[in-house]
Amino acid sequence: MNPKKLIQEFERTFLKMTHTILKVENLHKSYGKIEVIKGINFELKKGETKVIIGPSGTGKSTLLRCINQLDSIDKGQIWLEDIEITQSHADINQIRASIGFVFQSFNLFAHLTALDNVRIGPLRVKEMKEKEATKIAVEELKRVGLEDKKDHYPAQLSGGQQQRVSIARALSMNPKLILFDEPTSALDPELIGEVLEVMINLAKEGTTMIVVTHEMGFACSVANDIIFMDGGIILEEGPPEQIFKNPKHNRTAKFLSKITQLEGDKTK
Amino acid sequence: MEEKLIDKLLLIGKSIPSLLIGALISIELALAFLGLGFVAGIPLAVGEVYGNKFVRNLVVLPIVEFFRSIPALVLLFLFYFGASYLKLNFSPFIAALLAMGFRSAAYQSQIFRGAIQSIDVGQMLAARSIGMSKFKAIRYIIFPQALRISIPSWSNEYATVLKDTSLVYALGITELMRQGRYIVARTFGNAILVYVVCALIYFVIVHLGVKLLDFLEEKYRLPGYESKKIDTRI
Repeated sequence: MNPKKLIQEFERTFLKMTHTILKVENLHKSYGKIEVIKGINFELKKGETKVIIGPSGTGKSTLLRCINQLDSIDKGQIWLEDIEITQSHADINQIRASIGFVFQSFNLFAHLTALDNVRIGPLRVKEMKEKEATKIAVEELKRVGLEDKKDHYPAQLSGGQQQRVSIARALSMNPKLILFDEPTSALDPELIGEVLEVMINLAKEGTTMIVVTHEMGFACSVANDIIFMDGGIILEEGPPEQIFKNPKHNRTAKFLSKITQLEGDKTK
Repeated sequence: MEEKLIDKLLLIGKSIPSLLIGALISIELALAFLGLGFVAGIPLAVGEVYGNKFVRNLVVLPIVEFFRSIPALVLLFLFYFGASYLKLNFSPFIAALLAMGFRSAAYQSQIFRGAIQSIDVGQMLAARSIGMSKFKAIRYIIFPQALRISIPSWSNEYATVLKDTSLVYALGITELMRQGRYIVARTFGNAILVYVVCALIYFVIVHLGVKLLDFLEEKYRLPGYESKKIDTRI
């Protein structure tokens, strides 16, 4: 390999790994008198897959919804690249357009075919021409393996297929990162695999993503970094080997042993 | 006796053209009332669901409650005589349009509000999550779904408005009912016969419209939500 190429390769890898996409600083969120998120800080680098685990009711989903501001925050700052998106004059629609969101309950638009679900973003938000938007939508449907279902309505698709369409819908906006809020929790066990497979491929292709999940096998094999949340704070953060093999906190260990007791140890 | 029957049949034959002209006016009135009701009903519904407290309590609800709580005939007189009292000099048609159109808007707003509120919140969340403004989300995601849900109740509203056009004869508009009254006045003693013919004409118009709406309901039903035959044994 010639030196020039080597430098280019190095620069690409280097820049990719250091470029911060998302920064969350001292985030607080309350519902009424109950504080759900009590000061959260983390950073997400380009191409990174971060998995958030933790007991239910610890604010994992709320954290995701605060990031793209489907929920308002009470205190703290969120930066998307070099823009502070929590500023009051930030253009929230533009920000959301560059953050994909995949819901636990899919939330596909019920009156639109799979193709229209995927192309409505480019068409109505980015205001692309129909031909261009259709091309993107077909490509994204191919990517999740559902090109042949493009004329089906959500009610005619299985849960796994609906979730894959909703991933395609997020991808069609060419987002800077995608947030997954328990994407497989509403699925029958035999349909989980097809959705995880799509997500594993996305991670391999370098999509920046945050995934809230209880799929420990996925967390262990795909995550660059795992966040363990408990009681509205990040109790522990680190690479999967550390979290799964040598957790620093008792509570992390307890949570993991409970999960593996229930589901069998998928992390091996 | 036979002669009498022939006389009556001749009378019906002679009255039919003017009754049909009246019926046409009734249909036009109903379309105007429903049209205004639709155009004004949608913003009222959107305002009630998505508007702030001010819009909901000081604009939408007073309008809806006013037009729902006063009888149609009283509304007609209020608008007609009220306008002339204010020296606005509305024609009977304009007065009727405002009274009955906004009355229908009040009812239609509640049909659309119910439909909008029955749509899963996830639809709005998903629309906002890909960067749609609230307006775009309502326009492209909520509204098309709400309209589909509204069709069965809207067909009720259509039937009510069409039949209530018979009230505007009180303002001197020569719709079907007033044409009937003219014939009754001209040919003494035929009241029941003429009104039966009027009733039949109303029935046919309403029935055809309801059938058309049933057809639209089936046509725009979302695939995967086809009406299933209900097992009557359950």
